[in-house]
Amino acid sequence: MEHLGSYIYIVSAGLFILSLKWMNSPATARRGVFAGETGMLLAIVGVLVANHITNWEWILAAFFIGTAIGVPIAYIMPMTAVPQRTAMSHACGALAAALVGTAEFYRANRLHETLPTFVMVALMLETLLGFLTFTGSLMAMGKLQEVLPQRPITYKNQNTVNFVLFAIAVVLGVRLVMVPTDIWIFPVFAGLSLLFGILLIIPIGGADMPTVIALLNSYAGLSACAMGFALGNNLLVVAGALDGSSGLILSIIMCKAMNRSFTNVLFGAFGQIQTSAAKTQQRPYRSASAEEASSILEAASSVIIVPGYGLAVAQAQHKIRELYDSLMRRGIDVKFAIHPVAGRMPGHMNVLLAEADIPYDRLFEMDDINGEFGQCDVALVIGANDVTNPAARTDKSSPIYGMPILDVDKAHTVMVIKRSMNPGFAGIDNDLYYMDKTLMLFGDAKAFVTEIIKELPAKVGA
Amino acid sequence: MDLSIGLFVFMLATFVGLEIIRKVSPLLHTPLMSLTNAISAISVVGAILITGAEGATMLSKVLGFIAITAAVTNIVSGFLITDRMLKMFKKREEKK
Repeated sequence: MEHLGSYIYIVSAGLFILSLKWMNSPATARRGVFAGETGMLLAIVGVLVANHITNWEWILAAFFIGTAIGVPIAYIMPMTAVPQRTAMSHACGALAAALVGTAEFYRANRLHETLPTFVMVALMLETLLGFLTFTGSLMAMGKLQEVLPQRPITYKNQNTVNFVLFAIAVVLGVRLVMVPTDIWIFPVFAGLSLLFGILLIIPIGGADMPTVIALLNSYAGLSACAMGFALGNNLLVVAGALDGSSGLILSIIMCKAMNRSFTNVLFGAFGQIQTSAAKTQQRPYRSASAEEASSILEAASSVIIVPGYGLAVAQAQHKIRELYDSLMRRGIDVKFAIHPVAGRMPGHMNVLLAEADIPYDRLFEMDDINGEFGQCDVALVIGANDVTNPAARTDKSSPIYGMPILDVDKAHTVMVIKRSMNPGFAGIDNDLYYMDKTLMLFGDAKAFVTEIIKELPAKVGA
Repeated sequence: MDLSIGLFVFMLATFVGLEIIRKVSPLLHTPLMSLTNAISAISVVGAILITGAEGATMLSKVLGFIAITAAVTNIVSGFLITDRMLKMFKKREEKK
């Protein structure tokens, strides 16, 4: 039976790879989910046939409870809460890995089994990564849910403290590998990993969440992978490695989109855009009413909408869909420009706009649409800030200098829906708002778009 | 398991993963993340092994129980929510 199990694992691993491969286009993506589900089902069947499993009541109860929690989460969770849910599932996955590592450590110790060194190393890595990802993801979830402040929390010598803690955890881990009988060390090791996870995420601001979530995704995968080494199971290694590399790629993409180096992120020194003492000098800007905005939109022949996190906060996606419909009906060409780090997780804006039934062939990536701003009549910025700041191109002293941005400032007219002139919490003033061709539309994104739509039909035929 | 075989598998899987994920459209990065999340809940396999081992102690059973619950939550909600998101991605209908 053991052989049968291994063969099932091989099929399952193949299905996981296909599953991710089919994610490359929306046309095949749902097939990918099906492949993934089948792979997972086979994996569970595989472990049940290949091993002599007892304690069924525990296993079945856990399956039942897990399903009872999982189904409502999947169906009730509003799309705007997807980043939180993702952070939560990183936490769950990492917790599972960490607890399995813990149980395995105590099991081997109780039976006085001497595990090979590499298995011990894998166990320690699994536990360390698992626990730190667990608390780290919970912190990220708290920040995304705004239970915790989104602002970075910093204190003196933060990096030193973090580094020392991490170093102690690693030293204890090494000690456990060499002398596994020092059981008392294990809880300390686990506790430090948990603490380190918290401290790692505390200094990170909301705008850096896309990178952090992707990175935590990678860590969760790697801890599953380490479990594969510890338990001698290649399927776990493959699935963990796939998840790990996926998180890695996404975080690299996010880093590039923010012009941060990857090492900068890996070592947790991120999120520390030092707010250069905000220059509070008043500069003139122009604002406009919903009525004026709608007549400008109506006169345009091409409009590019630039969504950002503010759209998610205001839950304005359905109203934007109405605006899109109403403009398209007038023969105005409407496109959406999506910056890779817009929102709080990779792809966040796409999901929200898709939820509102905006066709995905209207959503354009930064590199594909940047050339079009020059010919576009109106760029409508909704809840996006730093990703449109021209200072990133020109001002070497700006903290975001070098970050690739959407060339919104090249459009003939720019309109920005924003609650007030307050710079975002990154504290960076946006030169875009002070340009002659820029009109500021003050208000809540949803409310303001509703106003604009109201003004539009009244003018048909007028 | 032989360490070298494990590392070999790890190396190959990582390269395959990197190549495949690179081709995923940025449009689908959020569903991708929830899908890989569900897949990494493969740790359910390890959790079952720990819980269901003969002579498992109470500690193993309790830890394993929590681990299975967490992993199954991820599997179920991960796959379902990915599908729910993907259903929303539609092309424009042909102009009448």
